[in-house]
Amino acid sequence: MSVGEDVERAVAVRQDPRVPPSERVALVDLLDRLLAGGVVIAGDVVISIAEIDLVRVSLRALITTVREEYDDILPH
Amino acid sequence: MADAGVYLYGVAQDLAPDVLRDLTGVAGVPVRAVADGGFTALVSTVDLEEFGETALRRNLESLQWLEATARAHHDVVDAVARTAPTAPVRIATVYRDDDRVRELLRERREELTEVLGRVVGRVEWGVKAYGTAEAAPEPPGAGDGADERPGMAYLRRRRLERQSREEASRRLAEQAQEIHATLSEYAVASRQHPPQDPRLSGHEGTMILNVAYLLDQDRAETLAAAADDLAARLPGVRIELTGPWPAYSFTELDATS
Repeated sequence: MSVGEDVERAVAVRQDPRVPPSERVALVDLLDRLLAGGVVIAGDVVISIAEIDLVRVSLRALITTVREEYDDILPH
Repeated sequence: MADAGVYLYGVAQDLAPDVLRDLTGVAGVPVRAVADGGFTALVSTVDLEEFGETALRRNLESLQWLEATARAHHDVVDAVARTAPTAPVRIATVYRDDDRVRELLRERREELTEVLGRVVGRVEWGVKAYGTAEAAPEPPGAGDGADERPGMAYLRRRRLERQSREEASRRLAEQAQEIHATLSEYAVASRQHPPQDPRLSGHEGTMILNVAYLLDQDRAETLAAAADDLAARLPGVRIELTGPWPAYSFTELDATS
């Protein structure tokens, strides 16, 4: 599959109103952007999320979960 | 909701009010607008039992919660970014109330104008490139030293293996550099993301490049064609494009002060 075809398909799917956009999106690509991109604004007094190392926290969660799934699949 | 907060997805400019109609955000709640002087903050009212500081620290460790929230956040940003210049905000930014959000729009007016001006009419495309560090062909003469002592042969083999590994990683770095240099020509800006963990992405081979490019909207096809050319020309290299994305990787402003 060529990259050009990928793009055509992606654009076609994204123009299809029946398909929610996020279904085309791999979580790992989304997290690249949502955890490391975007405007970073100090939260309110309610939370100071900027202080949390989101990437570390979340990837640890991801990897742990993925490992658990592997452990479930693999014979013991 | 006894203890409510205001979850912020992003800020759009000159947004038509009906775009937010029927949009569902994080935790399945509706999305609404907090507007000030041409800027629209996209927000939802959320329960602090789920989005307060303590809860967030716990919830961000849950893949299920993180995925649902990330996708909901993205759906909102994506829907809005298709109709108006939009600066997404990093996931899980929560305010006390609408007034605080309005205050933010006012305080950050200049920076928001600059950021939104940068992304208007543009989209982000992700490019990931993978290389294969396949073994180099056996150098001539290796392994035919029949009269050589075993220890010498071993050392020579180890040296050749090391050279071959170094050669492979140098080749991968050069390929990555060539891809990036070529594709940058089509972009107005680029940003490198760290290579993804194969346990998360499930990819094979070595991820040699994970870049976001900010493009004028009509340049996606050209970028894709250039990527196809590169993949055909560079041996063992596979290139993947993702997008169009809202300009997540290009809306950073130093607003943590």
